[in-house]
Amino acid sequence: MKQRKKAPEGRSQADRACTEGARVAEQANGSGQTLEARQVSVSFEGLTAVNSVDETLHQGEILGLIGPNGAGKTTLVNAMTGFQLPAAGEVLLCGKVISSLSPHWIRRHGVARTFQAGRLFRDMPVSENVEVAAVSMGLSRKKAHAHAMELLEWLGLADRAEMPAGILPYTDERRVGIARALALSPQFVLLDEPAAGMSDLECDDIMQVVREIPERFGCGVLLIEHNMRVIMGVCARIHVLDSGKTIARGTPAEVQKNPVVINAYLGHS
Amino acid sequence: MDYIIQTVISALSFGSFYALGALGIGLLFSVLRLINFAHGDFITIGGFALIVPSSAVVATVLIGGFHPVLLVICVVAIVIIVALLSYFLVFQHVQNSSPATMMIVSFALGYTLQNIILMIYGGRPKAVNIFPELTGQVQISDGVSVQILQLVIIAVTWILLIALVLFLRRTKVGVQMRAAAEDFRMARMLGVNGKSVIALAFILSGLLAGIMALLFVTQTGVLTFRMGTPIMLFFFIATVIGGMGSLVGAVVGGYAVGIVSVVLAAVLPGDIRIFRDALVFLIVIIILLGRPQGLVLTKSAKDRV
Repeated sequence: MKQRKKAPEGRSQADRACTEGARVAEQANGSGQTLEARQVSVSFEGLTAVNSVDETLHQGEILGLIGPNGAGKTTLVNAMTGFQLPAAGEVLLCGKVISSLSPHWIRRHGVARTFQAGRLFRDMPVSENVEVAAVSMGLSRKKAHAHAMELLEWLGLADRAEMPAGILPYTDERRVGIARALALSPQFVLLDEPAAGMSDLECDDIMQVVREIPERFGCGVLLIEHNMRVIMGVCARIHVLDSGKTIARGTPAEVQKNPVVINAYLGHS
Repeated sequence: MDYIIQTVISALSFGSFYALGALGIGLLFSVLRLINFAHGDFITIGGFALIVPSSAVVATVLIGGFHPVLLVICVVAIVIIVALLSYFLVFQHVQNSSPATMMIVSFALGYTLQNIILMIYGGRPKAVNIFPELTGQVQISDGVSVQILQLVIIAVTWILLIALVLFLRRTKVGVQMRAAAEDFRMARMLGVNGKSVIALAFILSGLLAGIMALLFVTQTGVLTFRMGTPIMLFFFIATVIGGMGSLVGAVVGGYAVGIVSVVLAAVLPGDIRIFRDALVFLIVIIILLGRPQGLVLTKSAKDRV
């Protein structure tokens, strides 16, 4: 088994979106820092992919986002990370509307994500894939490299740091994607199917990684995953989408028993 | 033997010049998917920057008469400003369009620049003599003498190539630029500022065009408002056969085109020599039939196929 090293310490010095005022207001509500989707809708040429979805991701929690294929999970994540402009509704980071801001601004202010297909920079070494994120947020090349190595070591990839990312096996690609997203400890990280196509053993490993994220990096995690064992194993709270609409939310136990959810997954009988 | 050495140096110098041109185009293509046909006109502007703006028959040198260091800095700065302006005033507004649209916009920009030059300087060719000492010959061994300028072109090219490689590998913006070249949207998701990376690509491309303007005018000694167009065509072909999107490919393609041109000129019998360019293009077609993706493949391009 891979030995997991201590995660990099220290939160990013990059300025945060949360103004003092907003932070005070949030704390008064007892919710801390939040990433909020408020009545978000996304449509493609008339087809509504996400329909008035509300959700608030809090710092330190792991929220599961599940639903059948085509339910709009990835589209919702796209909208929440500035990758996709919502047709209606807004996305708020600590109370500030960010839906129309550019993806790099959103990343620099603490909202990071991974992609289903790793989307690594295949011609660049693994370490540089992580360093790109770190230098973009202001670290020097040297510090960025050290930071990248710490993250890769934590994920058990230190020995592959100098390999071109293009030759990594599929499961390692996903891990590099996670390392890249976690550079400089974002406030929120949105993981899009990190365990897809993994064996049970590899899933255990990814579950362990995801569980450690809130504590080590101090961030809120939104996890899209089809593997129910992973979802039920790590999430405290689950949001279920079907055809772009919220059909259920609750604890893993509640959601598993919910007839609407069972129906959505297994079809009408 | 002497003839062979001279031909080799000539081929390397031609190849270097084309490599620099192809690199200027390749840089913009890699981050923006823009094939900038106005690149040749950036070079023309660099040339015309040397003289006093007027349509008089005899050109009066202005920047061309400055101290060499100041001359180089001024010309390069002017071309960089033109390149940046073309981004902020033109290409920025079409950067989300298809590569075909952007290419057509670059044609339009190129013709606009040519006509602005035509309006200000008139259509007559103008003689300009800069760095006359470089056009002399130098004896490199018994019986072999080459033009100093050819050696200068080779040296300048390699200095720029090494500087560019160090810049892309060692600096913060360099890493961001390489990432953006591979996957622009993903790079932005990781915090890379897309606009500044593109602006930087225009600066580098302008820098290359400015230096090429100086080398080209030193060589030819003539300014015409259309002088950028024919060389631009060769740069474009060099980027295509090298492999669009690969900077190494652009350099390889530049050398391939330059070397083939010079070798053909050397070996073809006199009456066929005038068809040299046609033969170069024929060879380009044959290369592309065999390797439609170009000579150098990037991993990212491979995966997209």
